[in-house]
Amino acid sequence: MDIIVCVKHVPETAEAEIKIDATGKAIEKTGLVFDINEWDDYALEEAVRIKEKFGGTVTAITVGPEDADSTLRKCLARGADKAIRLTDTRFEDSDGYAIAKILQSTIKSLPFDLILTGALAGDDGYTMVGPILAELLGISHATMVKKIELDDGVAKVNRELEGGLEEMVEVKMPMVLTVQTGINEPRYVSIMGIRKAMQKEIKVLGLADIGLSENDVGEAGSWIKIEKMFVPSVEKQAEFLKGTPEEVSAKIAEILRARGLI
Amino acid sequence: MKEIFVLAEHRQGQIRDIAFEMLTKGKELAEKTNMDLTAVLLGKDVKKHAKTLSEYAKKVLLIEDAKLENFNSEAYQKVLSNLIKEHKPLLTMIGHTSFGVDLAPSLAVDLNLPLATDCIDLEFENEALIVTRQMYGGKVNVRAKVRKSKSYIVTVRQATFAAQKPTMNGEIIETPSPLSEEITEKRFIEYVLPPPGGVDITAADVLIGIGRGIKDENNMPMVEELAKAFGGVLACSRPIVDKGWLPSDRQVGTSGKTVKPKVYIALGISGAFQHVLGMKNSDLIIAVNKDPNAPIFSFADYGIVDDLFKVVPALKGKIYELKGQKA
Ligand SMILES: Cc1cc2nc3c(=O)[nH]c(=O)nc-3n(C[C@H](O)[C@H](O)[C@H](O)COP(=O)(O)OP(=O)(O)OC[C@H]3O[C@@H](n4cnc5c(N)ncnc54)[C@H](O)[C@@H]3O)c2cc1C
Ligand SMILES: Nc1ncnc2c1ncn2[C@@H]1O[C@H](COP(=O)(O)O)[C@@H](O)[C@H]1O
Repeated sequence: MDIIVCVKHVPETAEAEIKIDATGKAIEKTGLVFDINEWDDYALEEAVRIKEKFGGTVTAITVGPEDADSTLRKCLARGADKAIRLTDTRFEDSDGYAIAKILQSTIKSLPFDLILTGALAGDDGYTMVGPILAELLGISHATMVKKIELDDGVAKVNRELEGGLEEMVEVKMPMVLTVQTGINEPRYVSIMGIRKAMQKEIKVLGLADIGLSENDVGEAGSWIKIEKMFVPSVEKQAEFLKGTPEEVSAKIAEILRARGLI
Repeated sequence: MKEIFVLAEHRQGQIRDIAFEMLTKGKELAEKTNMDLTAVLLGKDVKKHAKTLSEYAKKVLLIEDAKLENFNSEAYQKVLSNLIKEHKPLLTMIGHTSFGVDLAPSLAVDLNLPLATDCIDLEFENEALIVTRQMYGGKVNVRAKVRKSKSYIVTVRQATFAAQKPTMNGEIIETPSPLSEEITEKRFIEYVLPPPGGVDITAADVLIGIGRGIKDENNMPMVEELAKAFGGVLACSRPIVDKGWLPSDRQVGTSGKTVKPKVYIALGISGAFQHVLGMKNSDLIIAVNKDPNAPIFSFADYGIVDDLFKVVPALKGKIYELKGQKA
């Protein structure tokens, strides 16, 4: 079983203060910590587990700058066999469609039975790269996957629906599955694993190597062009309770007592 | 006349809310741009819904086929791609739901039409489509221009546009299904229900909602004790379930439960819309987060910008003090 996992190197923003940069179209990246996209972490783990069960290879692939090597190294340390980074200044400003084209141009000449992506990327959240990649490759797909059972050329997968419901569907191989969080428990990497991964090669390819033209990638090759980024206006703002933890706790307790909740 | 298509999503015999939300937004867009609003209804035994939808649209395009009974992106893609080629709507709106995200991207590639996903607003500037979407988990919004096209596809975020009362009396047009062959690549097998849970968070008056901010499983007893002090129940955001610290029936949000307790205390939850949709109608919301810009503060009644590890023990102490008990 040859598996390809698409991984994205993204900034961690949940706890960071976000500033919009001088272009007004992107966030200020300096000072932010980058790591593997949360969903891709689960996708990689799933790929490694499938390999451990059925044999084969896992190849991690990313479209991103040189910094993204740290994410690829993490994948190698966790059990990926090969890593590919697609880097070119002309890839900048690519939306999910252009990214999928870049990935497809490379993946189409690799051997694979299964491609895993995350359900979405935590930065731009298009929720589209996986199924677009599948359509470009002419293979089937299933998104929001929470369980995978492989069996002789088909996969039975559980797709997450809303409200806790799931549906089981059968999909033919080869296919693209987009993985939802919680499908497994990603393993920790041992120091040994990281050391070994440092020695593995990361293959780097650019626009000239993948047979696409300048017009296929970047803003020119995208569906979406960002005009302006802004902080969402808040319709309502909480009343902030100020003071020491004891003081705010006393205020909360009083609010709840007044409502008969204590 | 140019049309706007709205795909009417349904599941297990019910039209889903997103369909009416999109029809409401679709109507506004259609009126502004002088277009017709068309609801597209695909399924098996769904005629009864066509009547309902006709009150929201100028036209209802109805196709019945046993192959369309349960959602299957392959079947839906074939039928929709046919309809879009034939009618050439300026815009096709699909819900940004589990169903919509399985369908829209490959449909767009198939038709070579541009797609904008998870839109929270849409407008036309002379037939050019401008969308608003969120990035970085809702911390910023972007206004984006969609590549110029004769026809666009969008997916629309749930619960973004409030559905309005029906005002129309549209025409129902039934056409035969274009699906001749069996669907072979993908097959629906069954719905899988969540395992019956031990605790019903939807029945609790006091919910303590915990998020990734609690950092480590070792901190669970601290919040359990707080819940106990309140006589309340622990609920959580998705990462807590993903990590296995609480069972899935405690999850609040789009892929979990919708709750409406008398008070919801959010501890270390950022306020991603998938979480907020499940709790924003609580009677009272109090949020503790160390990030003053966390989106949760625009849904909370009261906010505390501080370290939850300082606030939680203090709060527990105060509750017991008020109750006249020792912790
Ligand atoms: C299809 C889909 C469905 C989803 N369904 C759901 C769902 O049903 N429910 C759900 O919750 N999510 C759901 N999500 C995930 C959602 O998008 C968010 O990723 C998730 O809600 C984030 O959880 P969080 O707020 O706990 O974590 P984060 O976003 O990581 O936020 C953690 C917060 O804790 C704060 N914090 C950290 N340390 C401290 C401290 N010491 N003191 C105080 N504050 C601190 C940080 O400032 C931050 O705001 C879904 C996602 C997708 C794609
Ligand atoms: N730059 C990228 N390089 C490799 N994979 C990517 C990239 N962007 C997105 N993906 C993959 O596509 C998934 C969905 O991303 P998106 O459609 O942008 O939300 C991610 O979880 C990744 O698996």
